[in-house]
Amino acid sequence: MLTEIPIIFILLGLAAYTVLAGADFGAGFWTLVAGGGQESRAATRDHARHAMGPVWEANHVWLIFVLVICWTAYPVAFGSIASTLAVPLFVAAVGIILRGAAYVLRPQLQDARAVESVFALSSILTPFALGTVVGAIASGRVPVGNAKGDLVTSWLNPTPLMIGTLAVATSAYLAAVYLAADAVRFGERALERDFRTRALWAGVATGALALAGLLVVRVDAPSLWAGFMRGAGLVMVIVSGAAGLATLVLVRGRRYGPARLSAALAVAAIVAGWGVAQRPVLLPGLTIEQAAAGRATLMAVIVSVAIGAVVLIPSLVLLFGLFLRGHLDAAPEPRGHAPAARPTSGAKRIRPVAAFAAVSFLVGVGFTFFGDHGWSFTVGVAGLVACAGATFFLAVTLPRG
Amino acid sequence: MSITAWVGCLVTAGGTPISPAEQEFVFLARQMQALSLAVHIPLVCFGIAFPVLVLFAEWRYLRTGDVVYRVLAKRWSKVMLALFALGVVTGTILSFEFGLLWPTFMASFGNVFGLGFALEGFSFFIEAIFIAIYVYGWDRLPPRLHLLCGVPVAIAGVTGSLFVIAVNGWMNHPSGFTLRDGRAVAADPWRALFGNPFFWHEWVHMYFAAFIVAGFLLAGPYAWGRSRGRWGRYERLALTIALAAAAVAAPLQPVIGDWAGREVARLQPVKLAAMEGLGPTTSGAALHLLGWYDGSEVVDGVAIPDLLSLLAFHDPNATVQGLDTVPVADRPPVNTVRFAFQAMVGIGSLLALLSVIYLYVRFRRRRLPTSRWFYRAVIAAGPLSVVALIAGWITTEVGRQPWIVYDVLRTSQAVTGARGIPIGYGTLVVVYLCLAVALAWLLHRLSRVPLDPGLDLDLDPDGQAGHAD
Repeated sequence: MLTEIPIIFILLGLAAYTVLAGADFGAGFWTLVAGGGQESRAATRDHARHAMGPVWEANHVWLIFVLVICWTAYPVAFGSIASTLAVPLFVAAVGIILRGAAYVLRPQLQDARAVESVFALSSILTPFALGTVVGAIASGRVPVGNAKGDLVTSWLNPTPLMIGTLAVATSAYLAAVYLAADAVRFGERALERDFRTRALWAGVATGALALAGLLVVRVDAPSLWAGFMRGAGLVMVIVSGAAGLATLVLVRGRRYGPARLSAALAVAAIVAGWGVAQRPVLLPGLTIEQAAAGRATLMAVIVSVAIGAVVLIPSLVLLFGLFLRGHLDAAPEPRGHAPAARPTSGAKRIRPVAAFAAVSFLVGVGFTFFGDHGWSFTVGVAGLVACAGATFFLAVTLPRG
Repeated sequence: MSITAWVGCLVTAGGTPISPAEQEFVFLARQMQALSLAVHIPLVCFGIAFPVLVLFAEWRYLRTGDVVYRVLAKRWSKVMLALFALGVVTGTILSFEFGLLWPTFMASFGNVFGLGFALEGFSFFIEAIFIAIYVYGWDRLPPRLHLLCGVPVAIAGVTGSLFVIAVNGWMNHPSGFTLRDGRAVAADPWRALFGNPFFWHEWVHMYFAAFIVAGFLLAGPYAWGRSRGRWGRYERLALTIALAAAAVAAPLQPVIGDWAGREVARLQPVKLAAMEGLGPTTSGAALHLLGWYDGSEVVDGVAIPDLLSLLAFHDPNATVQGLDTVPVADRPPVNTVRFAFQAMVGIGSLLALLSVIYLYVRFRRRRLPTSRWFYRAVIAAGPLSVVALIAGWITTEVGRQPWIVYDVLRTSQAVTGARGIPIGYGTLVVVYLCLAVALAWLLHRLSRVPLDPGLDLDLDPDGQAGHAD
């Protein structure tokens, strides 16, 4: 039981990454394939840019979360996966750098084809490469050991390629639904229409790909297929299908709020289904239990995730609350009253601050330089930091002579 | 556990679940990891120091109502976000590379140190969330709430660096596990990471370095602008804050460096011997400036008697362990480590001197320095501080070689068996070059966004016209 809790964290993180970062990748996809002339393309691009800005970084930290939990809780599996699947992982890594660079540059560039193309291509390449990684693991092509699997054939195979394609399609589908919803918020009627149409087509295409994917799995990875066809795995397949259909109905009826959730559910259910279908095997010949780190490590992971969640969840709720209510949109809004101007009052406090800086300097240097134990270094460092802070304050606020 | 006990463990180590592989490009793999770290670490400096400076400026605005502080905080926060985004992607690459390049290291010891990265992941999350709220929330959130939303970013800068450096401290001074079959079992990650005496000085040293690097790099463009006639009240204030941040940290850094040096002498004597090029174990060892280690001693350097013993143990007669205490195969590349160390100390001393000059003029004369040479030195200080930063990390990381986990796992045993490292390395070089060009262009562009002409920034709030120095 204990050994499977981190896997649940990993799947949760993966689902969050697939949904949140997926919507972001998909926005890049649409900037590439948006038809309808120069103007429509520019509008799509601007829209995707505005709609994704504030949540971009937070969405991508989920991937780091997945990686760190994996290497802490299942180190042998992580080492095996990373070494055998070096090629798609490296491609994904390069895609992530290029995308980050393009993301940073785009607000300063109104019409730079090259940067837009890099952004769009890396938005397709990255989810595809990560999808093949998942596919290779799911179809049992990653043997345990340092680069024991073939560098090319481990992922250049029906199931990995299928899941890579599905990852791109899913991203496009999620992005279309989300961008349609954002277009309503911005009051952009034409864009909403465009993205609604795109969402419907992408939804149908993704559904068809998912079904085709199941058939590929049946031939290419029979044990995974069996997992999907029994018990909880089958439930997840059904949930995903139902949520996908519900999304189509909701998008058709322009009810984008619930459509956001059902689209996310459709995608998250696939991730959950994969986890259930493959259980208890992690890699060929290595069960989750065998792969898991020791009890102390697992407990440490669980405790830190629990503590982290207490901080993280309210923060995420705050971010997405502000974001979805439009409080972080770029449009100007009358700003709050500036505080009344007060005469700079630094002068009065110079002497006490300077005295404090001098004393903390002596304490800091004394205890750090002559220190021998943990406590003396603690006092010393506190003194040094206090000295630096006080001196900094004086250096900035000291009035001119 | 003592070094000999570790060696004992190694002798009994048998086959690992992920066994070492043949790899002809170990050195290139190390270069690739080093390159990625060298790109990421300067961005980390901004992640640590920039939020503090931006928040300070906004706080001054709220305290005094002086709009120039607000303009400064807002403009800087945009640069901060761009640098943070690049920090996110370059950091993601690092976590990929740990697995891509060192799978055996991850497989054998991830259960011990991985927790540090998990905790860092949460710091990263908090930083990403609140930096977005902060930067996109200008003009949108009530001023005090806005300031408050920036505080977690600064705190996450402290904790994030703490957790990552805890891992590095563990690699340098591993504990908190039992070695069986070349793999860590019975791991106690909390003790391994935070009960480790080696990492505290590394963390404090890095935290101060972050302010030095970010401060000098940030001050450089304003010092440059001064020579081009851009020297209004806004620019003077920006330079004052940036330089103050670096100047209060740089002169204190040698004190922390002394602490770090004593810890290295105590816990990693071979690294210290490499840093100083000390061949035989010596009592009252001399310190050599410059020169070259010829395989047994430093030649053509300036020797200062007893100084190494004095610095390493605060005792001029202390015995300093030499490189000859370990077999040649267990010694790091001495000249690399030594030059990196000397570069760090040399540049650090110059930066401290520049800082003291700045603080002296600022406090004694109550103005900014006026000499053109001072501003030229500030322009040079930014890049030099990055060199010192990287040189410091080279000292500690190359100085740890040939071990990836000191005295436990060799780097050559940790490396991937996968082919294609040269291709990956070449690709990464090209990608990072593009990234550097893009970043340079972006920063130039952001610096050219005109100040809001509707605001008269040259007036102090109490009506006094600021005068150019």
